[in-house]
Amino acid sequence: MAMEILYESALDIAKWIKGREVSALKVTDAFLDRIEKVEPSVRAFINLYGEHARQRAKLIDEGIAKGEQVGPLAGVPIAIKDVLSTRGFKTTCGSAMLEDFVPVYDATAVERARAAGTIMLGKANMDEFAMGSSTENSFFGATSNPWDLERVPGGSSGGSAAAVSAGEAPWALGSDTGGSIRQPAALCGIVGMKPTYGLVSRYGLVAFASSLDQVGPLTLNVRDCAALLGAIAGHDKCDSTSIEEPARDYLGALSVDIKGMKVAIVKELSSEGIDPAVLERIRATIDILEKLGVSCDEVSLPSFENGLSSYYLIAPAEASSNLARFDGVRYGYRAGGEFNDIWEMYDATRAEGFGPEVKRRIMLGTYALSAGYYDEYYAKAQKIRTLIVRDYGRAFDDYDLLVSPTSPTTAFKLGEKMDDPLTMYLSDICTIPVNLAGIPALSLPCGLAGGLPVGFQIMGPPLSEQKILNVAYALEQEIGFDPRPAGLEKM
Amino acid sequence: MAISIEDVEHVAKLARLRLSDEEKETFRRQLSDVLEHARVIGEVDTEGVEPTSHTLPLVNVFREDEVRPSLPVEEVVQNAPWAEGGAFKVPRII
Repeated sequence: MAMEILYESALDIAKWIKGREVSALKVTDAFLDRIEKVEPSVRAFINLYGEHARQRAKLIDEGIAKGEQVGPLAGVPIAIKDVLSTRGFKTTCGSAMLEDFVPVYDATAVERARAAGTIMLGKANMDEFAMGSSTENSFFGATSNPWDLERVPGGSSGGSAAAVSAGEAPWALGSDTGGSIRQPAALCGIVGMKPTYGLVSRYGLVAFASSLDQVGPLTLNVRDCAALLGAIAGHDKCDSTSIEEPARDYLGALSVDIKGMKVAIVKELSSEGIDPAVLERIRATIDILEKLGVSCDEVSLPSFENGLSSYYLIAPAEASSNLARFDGVRYGYRAGGEFNDIWEMYDATRAEGFGPEVKRRIMLGTYALSAGYYDEYYAKAQKIRTLIVRDYGRAFDDYDLLVSPTSPTTAFKLGEKMDDPLTMYLSDICTIPVNLAGIPALSLPCGLAGGLPVGFQIMGPPLSEQKILNVAYALEQEIGFDPRPAGLEKM
Repeated sequence: MAISIEDVEHVAKLARLRLSDEEKETFRRQLSDVLEHARVIGEVDTEGVEPTSHTLPLVNVFREDEVRPSLPVEEVVQNAPWAEGGAFKVPRII
């Protein structure tokens, strides 16, 4: 039974459960069995809630038997990145600071995913406070890439991506501040989407950089991505940066008819510093687009040369402010011992509670915002951000969508970049401009290079999710990528 | 852009982080590297360019100021490392 459920489309699983071809309990058990087998090697989860999931599955089966409304995705398990608040279940953000933190409310995205009927299996591993590109910055230890256990799954949503790739969950929720959904999706050979800023509520998403953070889906295929996005998107009055946009039926509107569309590859994201083997896959994918009747061009967006530098000033600046809340008073870790005053307690709590990368970014952000450097760094970076928004705007006057690699390389070795933050930051070079401009983008697996997955990034103007999904859907049919990692499959 | 140990100590104080001598030296080196990389943006012509702090054209998102139920006190303090009688406790402030 198990192997007939694993790696099947989440939407098919939902259909089988609704049609009573298989029970929700049997589905949940199939994933829990898989977790038991592969989790010691992959380590995708921080906390697992198997018994809770089984209870919920039983309730859903009872509901279906009685003909009750159970939600369109009823009984389909899901992994939730541990940065999204879950009422009554620990939400650690991969940090010692929140090791025992139990939220008293649900994130809107979590609430909507549950209202649709999904069953949370556990909270997925991540770089501490979503700061990182490899999931090695987790206080709870690194996650391995299911394609090669010696390699990173990407980050910061590495646990979410690895769980889906390893067959431990049919899909997952993640968050993306500079590529944290798309880059791990690319490195693990699955689909990952960062929606338009404001399309999915950030309520209950623990803040990293508020003007950049966005919640989105990680899935095995494009149809599942459209469905999960549709389930979590839409206006939320609890998030003041939520767009007044009704939820759309992305799945219902999914179409492979993309003939006549105009697409361009971004020169600055597809030349210097990109692994030639990755570029080869990207070019092959563009050839497929042309075969499908899409006109493909190249466009130069000069401001992107400064995207990474601007991002690594803006994001840490916002983080240094957001993470000021962790002071050992209202929630989270507090340093032990006697203190002469509250300042000593703050300093010790933050020194012991945060890991090295989080401290580094707080330091960087505080520096960029400090007197004497504000104009030179922070204000300047925000002006560069304007130039990036304008470059995208100009390109979208001429083209429907833009494309690039999602990541400059395939998955790198665990430990390889840990001593050199700047090299690690370069992993985000292709994904960062999207967050700075607040536009949507998706990473689609487009083949293997050296036995490791390569991601094809599709970017569009604000609220062009449907167009992006349609192009990804059309490409997916042609590429026929098999998301099952060869080595792990046998386990 | 080389920053000094004194700069690191000043920023650590602003950020409320106690750093070991080893951390200070590591951060001095790493922050210098990142800021050196960021120096290129100083050369970009941004004359007359407005800064972008947010990509949505949203201003003043208001709602009615209505009385709503709030979280029970027990839940508010349930995650506090030190609480008593529905209040957070901290070391002496003054």
